[in-house]
Amino acid sequence: MKIAIKLFAGLRDRAGVGDLSVELPDGATVRDAIDAAQHNAPKEWIAPTSLMAAVNNEYVEFTGTLSDGDELALIPPVSGG
Amino acid sequence: MIIITDQHLDPNVLTDAVRDDTDGAVITFEGITRNHNDGRGVEYLEYEAYQPMAEEKLQELIDEIKEKWEIDKVAVAHRIGRVDIGELSLVIAVSAAHRRPAFESTLHFIDRLKQVVPIWKKEYFEGGDVWIGDPGSERASA
Repeated sequence: MKIAIKLFAGLRDRAGVGDLSVELPDGATVRDAIDAAQHNAPKEWIAPTSLMAAVNNEYVEFTGTLSDGDELALIPPVSGG
Repeated sequence: MIIITDQHLDPNVLTDAVRDDTDGAVITFEGITRNHNDGRGVEYLEYEAYQPMAEEKLQELIDEIKEKWEIDKVAVAHRIGRVDIGELSLVIAVSAAHRRPAFESTLHFIDRLKQVVPIWKKEYFEGGDVWIGDPGSERASA
């Protein structure tokens, strides 16, 4: 299945990319997609412990499973306001 | 009313949007880019949003405070892109029949915004830049 991954702010700067598309086997989790994003990014990056993830605009656990066509956002600490 | 924009924010637009003859109070909060942070001079800020999710989360926060407090209407606007010193980065307007719920819910809204809404602030200070909340991202300017 195909998953679109978006990286933001300092995370995007570290990875050297803001949008990735990865192919994953059925049943893959958010954690698997993060591993794939690390593997496929132009620059080596480490997931910070404070990293959050959202699928289709809702925060999810890293153990959550993905579905074909999902958009996974990797969200470093937010700082609006 | 939820606005995420790279244009200047006008607090009057938000205040007018929430006012009603049934309301005895309107709280309008203005978040402003200040010229210092953490003991060093700030030159300007740059904001980035994951816009569709940010809009959805702001709507959830509006629903959250409307459920918890006796308030009437809520309007919120957040800048993205470069925001210079003295400019508004955030405006929140809340109307209510009485002042206390308007004050309390506005404060709660800002606190929650800073926790859950996917918006990021990059600070350009004298000598470098850093994504706030992500100290590993600090770079010295070239």
